[in-house]
Amino acid sequence: MRHFPYYLQLAWRSLWRSPGLTMLMVVTIGFGVGACMTTWSVFQAASGDPIPDKSARLFVPQMDIWRSAARSADGEPLDALTYTDAVALMRDHRAVRQSAVYPIAPSVFPDRAGQHPATVGGYAVSGEFFPMVDMPFLYGQGWNAADDAAAAPVVVLGRALNDKVFGGVNSVGRSLDIGGRDYRVVGVVDDWNPQPAFYDVFDTGGYTHEGPALFMPFTRAIAANLANGRTACDLEPSAPGFPGLQQSDCAWITYLAELDTPAQVQAYRVYLDAYAAAQRRAGRFLGPPNNRLRDLPAFLDAERVVPGDTRVSFLVALGLLLVCLINTVGLLLAKFLRRSGEIGVRRALGAARSAIYAQFIIESAMVGLAGGAFGLLLTGLGVLGIGAVLQPRLAALARLDGRLLLATLAVAVLCTVLAGLYPSFRAARVQPAWQLKSD
Amino acid sequence: MDILPILSTLRRHKLTAGLLVMQIALTCAIVCNAVFLIGQRLQRMDMPSGVAEHELLQIQVADVVNSGNPYARVQEDLALLRQVPGVQSVAFSNQVPFGGSSSNGNVLLDPNQPQRTLNATTYFGQNLVPTMGVQLVAGRDLRDEDFVDVDTALKGLKTGDTKSLPHVTLITRGMAERLWPGQNPLGRLIYLTPTVGLRVVGVMASLVRPNAYDAATAQYTMVIPLRMGADRGMSYVIRARPQDRTRVLAAALAALRKADSQRIVTTRRSFDEVRRHFFRDDRAMAGILVGVITALLVVTALGIVGLASFWVAQRRRTIGVRRALGATRANILHYFQTENFLLASIGIALGMVLAYGINLFLMRHYELPRLPAIYFPVGAVALWLIGQLAVLGPALRAAAVPPVVATRSV
Repeated sequence: MRHFPYYLQLAWRSLWRSPGLTMLMVVTIGFGVGACMTTWSVFQAASGDPIPDKSARLFVPQMDIWRSAARSADGEPLDALTYTDAVALMRDHRAVRQSAVYPIAPSVFPDRAGQHPATVGGYAVSGEFFPMVDMPFLYGQGWNAADDAAAAPVVVLGRALNDKVFGGVNSVGRSLDIGGRDYRVVGVVDDWNPQPAFYDVFDTGGYTHEGPALFMPFTRAIAANLANGRTACDLEPSAPGFPGLQQSDCAWITYLAELDTPAQVQAYRVYLDAYAAAQRRAGRFLGPPNNRLRDLPAFLDAERVVPGDTRVSFLVALGLLLVCLINTVGLLLAKFLRRSGEIGVRRALGAARSAIYAQFIIESAMVGLAGGAFGLLLTGLGVLGIGAVLQPRLAALARLDGRLLLATLAVAVLCTVLAGLYPSFRAARVQPAWQLKSD
Repeated sequence: MDILPILSTLRRHKLTAGLLVMQIALTCAIVCNAVFLIGQRLQRMDMPSGVAEHELLQIQVADVVNSGNPYARVQEDLALLRQVPGVQSVAFSNQVPFGGSSSNGNVLLDPNQPQRTLNATTYFGQNLVPTMGVQLVAGRDLRDEDFVDVDTALKGLKTGDTKSLPHVTLITRGMAERLWPGQNPLGRLIYLTPTVGLRVVGVMASLVRPNAYDAATAQYTMVIPLRMGADRGMSYVIRARPQDRTRVLAAALAALRKADSQRIVTTRRSFDEVRRHFFRDDRAMAGILVGVITALLVVTALGIVGLASFWVAQRRRTIGVRRALGATRANILHYFQTENFLLASIGIALGMVLAYGINLFLMRHYELPRLPAIYFPVGAVALWLIGQLAVLGPALRAAAVPPVVATRSV
């Protein structure tokens, strides 16, 4: 590759000989790459693994209490449990760690003057939830099993709420009025808002704007009558209000279990089937055991949390990129084939075929690099702009990261080099004598 | 115009011509499908709600402390809101059209049937029909004596005392047509559970579900005479003249706050906002698709310009010779236009097949309906037009080549 600088120079000159055509190719590639990478960044963010280190060990048990599977086309049981079942699973405690999870929206009465009471979105979980999801603690820690058992009035605050109520200081040990009762702050967690929101797909549908503002023990939330979010019922509860819901066969609680080895997973499956069979005998479950125990990636896939729209817009943008590439191949081909005279001269003067390849591939790579740079600019604008106009629910997820930038450039260069390969191949096969003669 | 010479020229540029045809075919296929997708989104966003959307406001409150009688609380609030200047009517509802979160129930025609006939959404609350501006096409509205307190009804459900349950309901025309096609629904019975039968006393022209994700079931709606207490998730629905709404909303919030300073308002918005919020993803998707279609057409047009310019430059001499031999400028112009028309036509023909294929793929994987035939000519005309517009510049330049070029060497 000792001729590399020379080829660069040749390519540079050749590109400037027809600036219009060069610009056209660069803009085309830029368009295609920009559109593709923008939609890809959204798609990637939406379909990403929310907790990559742990997702293969976190499982979501599902049970079919009212034979809902028999009525739906795909035979899938519900993605939430009833209170009775969630409490039974917690009590049996068969997983390494486990937590029943449901969303709460308690009112918080800040002590500081000038602040108004506000409803905040939080979650009722068990103490094991925090180590299970690798919660990043700023101060303090989660509560223990004794607090769970005693339905203790303790709370873990999210960073945003701690900033608002306590001015961001270490508030562990302080107390906070929630729904008219004092709770002791035991921990403060850093901003935590994994997407998809794997801990509660049932309520969120998969994506959330903000992470939970606070967490409190599941048992405490039940005792404090903190009602839930979504409820799925086959029959209306036979008693009114939140207590009625707890006695009913309505499903409203998400459940997460950590199982570290295949043996544990197998044991848990057996346990779930035995539980469902026992409930069937007791007359609670309407059908034979129809359980699922999927790890997080499989669960999110089965729940179809990634919206079809995201996939379709990525496919459409991919189509655009393809058209742009075909366009560029056509233009490069036209440009290169026109230069058979030049190639003939170079070949007659002793240039090897590989030298011609090298020259032309460098030239197309330069087009690709320029197009990629332009596409980079468009991707940047696209990712910034997508929040303003497009898919607001997911737009917040789209991030410009270094890897995306590199990928943008690589895709552009790779595509144009591929686009330039055939023209180079054609150009390098030109017979020197024939070319010289014809002119 | 004789197309044979054009064909023989194209045969010598098989690859470049082929690439252009491929590009046109792909563009045509994607544009057909994308326009179809956009049309679907626009149609969805136009879904009728059956309520007077431009006159309605929604206020949702979270009760801070469960103090006093929740039923009395609602009556106090309603009285308070009615006194706000500009308020025409107020209702208390468990859910609102396009609100997203909904209460739904299974509907049976026979109390003993094992499978539900359909799943319908259930609106509870007083004064809903007049406030929301729902039109009754048959029967009557719910009356005060039809209403039962929710807690009484639930107790009745438990004890089997059917007297304390509601006995009547309103349903939409769409739901009536699904349950009893072509028959008069008034006076007929539907069952929510084997023991809860409701007699249809009124038919509404339209009232959309809060969770209208599927157009086919969007109108499966009933209104049940249940009186509710103040609780989370319930909404006050206020009707006011469109131009008064901003002022009325502010005054209504102030009135509610004045009655209870600890009260937290979780949602306050006009129904225009409710609709906008509900369809935000559809709007975004339509936006993305419009953007991509525009980019596609621009890229294809630029590609045609580029390739045509290149061909014109390459054939300068040939053009000069033809001109010297007596071809007019118009002949040259038409030559390039016809050439483009031919390439576009081949591309469009391939594009149609491809469009159909893409549609089949989308139907299988994304549950989209079949592409109506009307979209094929739309795509074809768009690409013919774009092709002709794009080739015009280079063709005019070709036509301007003087005959004297023929006498120059290279």
